[in-house]
Amino acid sequence: MKAWIAFWNILAKDMRTYYLKPPNISWGLIFPLAWTGMFFIRSGAGLDSVPSLLPGVMAVSVLFGTTSLLSVTVTFEKKGRSFERLLLAPIPLELLMLAKTSGAILFGVANAFVPVVMAAFLTDLSGVAWGSLIPAIVLIAVSSTFLGLFIAVSVSEVFEAQTFSNFFRFPMLFLCGLFFPIEKLPALLRPLSYALPLTYGADVLHASIRGAGHMPLALDFGLLAAFCAVLFALSLRNIRRKWIA
Amino acid sequence: MATDGKTAIEVRGLAKRFGDVQAVAGVNFDVSEGELFGFLGPNGAGKSTTIYMLTGLARLDAGTIRIAGIDCSKNPKAAQHLMGVVPDESNLYPELTGFENLCFCGSLYGMSKPDREARTRDLLDRFGLADAAGRKFAGYSKGMKRKLTIAAGIIHSPPILFLDEPTSGIDVASARQIRQLIADLNAGGTTIFLTTHYIEEAERLCRRIAFIVKGRIVRTDTVEDLMRQTDGRHVVQFAVSNGAAGLCEAIAAGFPNLQCQAVSDGAVRVESSEQVRIGPLVRLIEDRGAEVAEARKVRPSLEDVFVRITGIEATAMKQEKAKMGGGA
Repeated sequence: MKAWIAFWNILAKDMRTYYLKPPNISWGLIFPLAWTGMFFIRSGAGLDSVPSLLPGVMAVSVLFGTTSLLSVTVTFEKKGRSFERLLLAPIPLELLMLAKTSGAILFGVANAFVPVVMAAFLTDLSGVAWGSLIPAIVLIAVSSTFLGLFIAVSVSEVFEAQTFSNFFRFPMLFLCGLFFPIEKLPALLRPLSYALPLTYGADVLHASIRGAGHMPLALDFGLLAAFCAVLFALSLRNIRRKWIA
Repeated sequence: MATDGKTAIEVRGLAKRFGDVQAVAGVNFDVSEGELFGFLGPNGAGKSTTIYMLTGLARLDAGTIRIAGIDCSKNPKAAQHLMGVVPDESNLYPELTGFENLCFCGSLYGMSKPDREARTRDLLDRFGLADAAGRKFAGYSKGMKRKLTIAAGIIHSPPILFLDEPTSGIDVASARQIRQLIADLNAGGTTIFLTTHYIEEAERLCRRIAFIVKGRIVRTDTVEDLMRQTDGRHVVQFAVSNGAAGLCEAIAAGFPNLQCQAVSDGAVRVESSEQVRIGPLVRLIEDRGAEVAEARKVRPSLEDVFVRITGIEATAMKQEKAKMGGGA
């Protein structure tokens, strides 16, 4: 019970001081809006293109929203040494880091629904399989957030966090099948696609919105969950090795 | 504060290496319940590394740590609920107010909302920060930040408090106020482990002191026993204008039974086991073309004991003090 008081208060503090700050809210809205508008104009196919664009724009919104904020906020607290306060708290490291990442996960999920709300005004979303779409968004948000955590633990400066994030984000966007089908990628790059968590998230999004998935949903969800577990475990290991050295 | 004989902190063979540097090398000590224990040494001696290991922020390479009888060597989290920690830097959240910061720190120890709010109000009053409760931490002065950081360390009323350089870099008035707060906490029964490089601070606050140099404890004793080493010593300090350079060498040559040490650019300290006769020394100084502005007998201090035991010149500690921004 005492540990959960700490959990809830870490989450509430982060939401208030980072994620619900007006600049971040506006960034969370503008970013998906800009991506939607850009792809919508670029496709030139009018409103018919909305369902095919939606998975990509949702995934981009989650990926950028979570990795940017989490890696920056954790690096910022580590540099200002306020993160030490959390490490000194008598709660297990696993629970502490779950509390620290929950805000970013919620922020990412909320970001994903910005393009969905926009799309609802432009096209018919009655065929969307929400039962698979919502868990997929949550798992994409969790895996992206844990990727942000992994990045935060690997760097020491805030600017490094942003640069290192892009090292993962941009290749992931172009290799995960959101904008270019994996089967059309050069044969050398294809194995890399299957080593990325977003590939499986994108597949569920395509399946849920357009019925165009390539892999069984159970496999997608299983692998996404495995990526989440591995990224979290790696981050914890690195925290113990580098921050409690 | 009288101690009750039970051991609050027990450290055996503690060691830590960072690359080629042996930061802590086989440190042993005990701190009794209710004791105010000083850990004194220059910067880089291993004080902060020891606190990091004691509080679970660093792993030990070797040795054992017991906090209130709990073995924390393998599981540093095991006793964190019993300890409060005040780091050498004020590390609260700049974007939160003083009130929010303390409440948040209380929540990390599982305190309920009414409990932590009541305790926060109490501490803000006690530390003279009630008027600044609604201001953001980022806007606090250095002294206020330090006081709030100490308040955050005791928000959950821990029986053991680790204070790392609590008065470093703050103004004299705030440092004095903080020393009084530390003494009050100890009088209330809190065991305090205090690291400092301000010798006078350790002398004023602590019952027992360990001197740490280059990762090793060179002496642990009560302040009284340490000061007993100065019994029978006579010290005279001269303030000299123009011509202090080379003065100690001249004194040593003229008075072989005296030990001379330059305290600063314009001051030398002469020490002996016999009475120091001031007149001949003044004449020697003036013959060298210098002018004696002041000559006074001083009571030998813990600083003298520290210098004798560690071999570290007091001037080196003073330079560190200046680098850290004064305060004591």
